[in-house]
Amino acid sequence: MATSDSVGSRAGLSGPGTEAMNVGGTERLLSVISGSLVAFYGLSRNNLGGFALALLGGGLVLRGVTGKSIVYKALDIDTAHSGRGDGRNLPDERNVRIAKAVTINRSPEDLYRFWRDFENLPRFMGHLQSVQIVDERRSRWAVKSPGGGTAEWLAEIVEEKENERIAWRSLEGSDVANAGLVRFSPAPDGGTQVQVTITYEPPAGKLGVALAWFTGEEPSQQLYDDLRRFKQLMEAGEIVSTDGQPTGQR
Amino acid sequence: MKAVCWHGAGDVRVETVPDPAILYPRDAIVKVTSTAICGSDLHLYDGVIPTMQKGDILGHEFMGEVVEVGAAIKNLRKGDRVVVPFTIACGHCHFCERTLWSLCDNSNPNAWMAEKVYGSTSGSGLFGYSHLFGGYAGGQAEYVRVPFADTGPMKVPENLTDEQVLFLTDIFPTGYMAAENCNIQPGDTVAVWGCGPVGQFAIKSAYMLGADRVIGIDRHPKRLKMAKEQGGAEVLNFDAVEVGEALKEMTGGWGPSHCIDAVGLEAHGSGLEGIYDNVMNVLKLETDKPAALRQAIVACRKGGTVSIPGVYGGLLDKMPMGAAFAKGLTFKMGQTHVHRYLQPLLERIEQGKLDPSFVITHRLKLEEAPEGYRTFRDQKDDCIKVVLKP
Repeated sequence: MATSDSVGSRAGLSGPGTEAMNVGGTERLLSVISGSLVAFYGLSRNNLGGFALALLGGGLVLRGVTGKSIVYKALDIDTAHSGRGDGRNLPDERNVRIAKAVTINRSPEDLYRFWRDFENLPRFMGHLQSVQIVDERRSRWAVKSPGGGTAEWLAEIVEEKENERIAWRSLEGSDVANAGLVRFSPAPDGGTQVQVTITYEPPAGKLGVALAWFTGEEPSQQLYDDLRRFKQLMEAGEIVSTDGQPTGQR
Repeated sequence: MKAVCWHGAGDVRVETVPDPAILYPRDAIVKVTSTAICGSDLHLYDGVIPTMQKGDILGHEFMGEVVEVGAAIKNLRKGDRVVVPFTIACGHCHFCERTLWSLCDNSNPNAWMAEKVYGSTSGSGLFGYSHLFGGYAGGQAEYVRVPFADTGPMKVPENLTDEQVLFLTDIFPTGYMAAENCNIQPGDTVAVWGCGPVGQFAIKSAYMLGADRVIGIDRHPKRLKMAKEQGGAEVLNFDAVEVGEALKEMTGGWGPSHCIDAVGLEAHGSGLEGIYDNVMNVLKLETDKPAALRQAIVACRKGGTVSIPGVYGGLLDKMPMGAAFAKGLTFKMGQTHVHRYLQPLLERIEQGKLDPSFVITHRLKLEEAPEGYRTFRDQKDDCIKVVLKP
């Protein structure tokens, strides 16, 4: 059960010849098609902006042909091997796996206690609509999906160690099959390092992820924003935002 | 309410906008009684700071009266007269706990933007200073929402005027921290590039911290006159003399012990260097024009400190790192940890050791802000510091 690789490292998970491949099959095909379209459109514009588009399109084609995305690499997303390597996570290769970490100036005990009450999670997880505790191990989750509807599932805690870690996964019959792991460890200079890994099967398959990427709901960024809000809530006592302040004519 | 809004390079307007409201329990609303235009506001006015949006309310130097507090605020009440630090700090993160207030981990809601530009982490949010620094509505307005009001604002005594305490919000602490960063020892000579308001406070602070001699460098006669008469500095006009040679001559060939760059990213280089920076800037191969900083590095004595209160935003070219290395220089820089200096500097004002109002040359109504920006930028009418009264 490899749980120590949840942030960054994917070493040893890929077979020979697929060493640096991090884009899955369907998505590669989509990349080639959309990349060609963007590149042709860019070239037809015949200006600087068009040239940039052509480069972008070319990059997508390359990504589709080689199965390697530098963007995904930078963001530690792997849609080719997601889910493998962590027995708790979902074995299906269509899954998306994201991992992020943040350091929070509170004790592991405080953070664990707050997180363990899953009903607190929608306070900082932007896409979560609600979580209701069903019993000691099970809870009902609802999320806003990128298309505008909602998705629901029943989740159960599969492993926990007080003040250190909580792992959960969705049960049979979920709208979105998913699993999560959060770990709390004392940071060297005080505070606590919080590491989160989420694995899920995107509702609309690979296309859903590609669309989310373009509409600004890229999952890795989303998780990062969630963790920033968690930090603000735990340190500053409130989430920091300027929404609702006055401005002049936009 | 009325507020000064940014609409593009050289275009600020006074508009009627909705009044701010309490958004979070740690907020307070302050009715602004005095606010100032900062030299760094001119960088916004010139359009060289990215991520500004039309309609953004400007201003980060302001003070006034508390008119409303959020549910969590216990230290302030309606009617309190306060000065508000321009850096916004949560008071509880790793950096706030170490009094590195301007590096607060939580106060910039757009931290992700700063992280993309500056690497792994972001500095604090700032009032009225672009979306890169949080997109907070600023204080050149009749009212302003102050987040984390239990951490930032400091009550000021009634016997001191607005003009005596207003500059505690930024330029006095900024000049002071610049001098403090030099770790001045008895007998030291400190050279200050830029005799604008921050430079003026750096000069006074350097003497307060024990400098033997302070040399002010600028091209505007009125600023040099103020540095000499108010600050007691020796002065150099960089249009009239070759600064590096002059500094050497004045310091027995060693150069000044420490150098302060109170100019920042829009320095006016002269001759070939000025032309070079303008060309690189237009070609986007360099975003900032660091003429003052280059000069400071080259002029500085071996083992000295180059202290940088002047704002930089991006990339610099042709930096004499070889000279810095060969001379074993120390660099200190960054936004001011204003919260750290409020109380000690207020005490100095109360003791009569310094009256910060000496820098004010122009007093205008808030409605006259567009004229104030223009006058300040064009150095018309010997303008050094503009204070606006809502």
